[in-house]
Amino acid sequence: MPNTTHNIHWRRRAKNYLALGIITSAALIVTIPLFLILGTVVQHGLSGLNLAFFTQTPKPVGEPGGGMSNAIVGSLMILGLASLIGVPLGIGAGIYLAEYGRNRYGNLVRFTADVLNGVPSIVIGITAYALVVAVQGHFSGFAGSIALGIMMIPIVSRTTEEVLLLVPQSIREAALGLGISRWRTILSVILPSARAGVVTGVMLAFARIAGETAPLLFTALGNQFWTVKMNQPMPALPLQIFAYAISAFEDWHRQAWTGALVLISMIMLATVAFRFATSRGIKETS
Amino acid sequence: MPAFHQNKVSDTAPSEPPSETPSVAISSSAGENHTYALSSVVKQKFRTGHRGYADATFRWLAITCGLAILAIVGLILFELITQSHLSLQKFGFKFLAKSIWDPNADDFGALPFIYGTLVSSFLGLLIAVPLSVGTALFLTEICPRRIRAVLSLCVELLAAIPSVIYGLWGIFVLVPFLRQHLEPFLQNYFQWTGLFNGPKIGFGMLAAGIIIAIMILPIISSISREVIVAVPRQQREAALAMGATKWEMLRMAVLRNARPGIFGAIILGLGRAFGETMAVTMVIGNRPEIARSLFAPGDTLASSIANQFNEATTPLYQHALVEMGLVLFVLTLLVNALAGLLVWSITRGQPARGLA
Repeated sequence: MPNTTHNIHWRRRAKNYLALGIITSAALIVTIPLFLILGTVVQHGLSGLNLAFFTQTPKPVGEPGGGMSNAIVGSLMILGLASLIGVPLGIGAGIYLAEYGRNRYGNLVRFTADVLNGVPSIVIGITAYALVVAVQGHFSGFAGSIALGIMMIPIVSRTTEEVLLLVPQSIREAALGLGISRWRTILSVILPSARAGVVTGVMLAFARIAGETAPLLFTALGNQFWTVKMNQPMPALPLQIFAYAISAFEDWHRQAWTGALVLISMIMLATVAFRFATSRGIKETS
Repeated sequence: MPAFHQNKVSDTAPSEPPSETPSVAISSSAGENHTYALSSVVKQKFRTGHRGYADATFRWLAITCGLAILAIVGLILFELITQSHLSLQKFGFKFLAKSIWDPNADDFGALPFIYGTLVSSFLGLLIAVPLSVGTALFLTEICPRRIRAVLSLCVELLAAIPSVIYGLWGIFVLVPFLRQHLEPFLQNYFQWTGLFNGPKIGFGMLAAGIIIAIMILPIISSISREVIVAVPRQQREAALAMGATKWEMLRMAVLRNARPGIFGAIILGLGRAFGETMAVTMVIGNRPEIARSLFAPGDTLASSIANQFNEATTPLYQHALVEMGLVLFVLTLLVNALAGLLVWSITRGQPARGLA
């Protein structure tokens, strides 16, 4: 505002600049930890990044080398099954909220979804433990998938609801006007036109659970061997990073950093893809 | 009409006699009358026998998915209570007030953990709130358009880093830094406060507070941003027209109007802070003690569960840990409900994006 800065008392003007300076520096300070953390992860992680990391299983204590192939595969399997649980339920609940839930019952579900979103992941881990591990009598990757799947549901459902509501009412009316039944309208007209948004919701949820460790601690448990049996204790990348980070061995610390680099790259890719897809999704739907 | 009649293009219930539909349409809520009537006329004409059933089935499928969310939250509460009943029965409310944690004697009290959770979370808030509200103000009010996208991406990426990686960074970068630089500095100049006494080991409440602060920055700033954007433009223009400087405008027009919402964002951040597990467990030192000094190791509800659950040998030990999970659940429930209410009071029901 060039015209307002003329006749202002110097004290007000000084205060103005001081406050704006503080606000700006706050924003700059916030970016520091990001670069610090990413920088350290890349710096420490690159040194251990080699083919063996992706193809070998962990070596016993004291033996250098080895990799985390089992943990990477375990993570992918647990995440895959979690998505199979969380995505359909989440999208279904999102459809309910957007299409049938503009009322008191819908508000209850909406509120509960927000509650579920706020439940600490470790508490969800306890629940999965009680539901699966305690009943079966042994840890399993399956239990881990259930915990992570539950965590996906509220994120997917709220994003789905949001983007379905962005679809113009006239499209709904046009479809119904053509004599298409309501369920076909939702599945073949509304859902596809909101597809980009729904996909990004799924990506967001996936990125959120991909790094989760707490719910896996006493469900999937983790191990050092190659396994693809979902009904047995399963290794996972975050678990492996945690176990190696708190160990006392230099070589394991190095591997933990490499694991962190791999994990973070996976998640960052998903997040950037999410950003890309949202910016496109908004253009398509509005 | 079914209970779901508020829907704009409401489905006609299959059982409804076709001849009545147009009149129902006219008497339904204002605004959509003609479209509603049109679609129901079409429906009448083209309705085939099985379509009603297909629609009903689909609706119930969707409702089932919605109900699943209710069921899951109910199940979580149910499991937390049944899996902790031994401890609930034995200790009652004293569990919350006792500071003994002795697995060998089967004697448990959660006070040190509750204390650790509260102190580390509030310490995190103390650091995070000025920074994140400042960031939100900068991004919405000051920032040039070109920088805005990059900066908000940075903040979002901060939210995408997994907890365990924060912990890894905490152990190998933050803790040594605290031990060698920050803690000696604080002890030299602020020892009189009594908050910075004792050996400088790096692991402890201070490290946990800093890690929590970094982790809750993104959620507070993104929700504050939403709330600030929701403040009507006229408020700003009015303040500027009265001759306010930019800061005066921000303070009087923006912050004052957005205050309840920003408060909600902070509370929501607090809820996140309560539940932070992995990073905290890796840097807090894991000792259930109540100490005034922020250098002293402590423990939180979430981190102790993560640490001890697999080692819980006796049933009572495990039930005590699950009861801590119950305490944590109730704490976050209260905090989130309060926050939701506050954010809602500003944005009026538009779903808060930052929640996801």
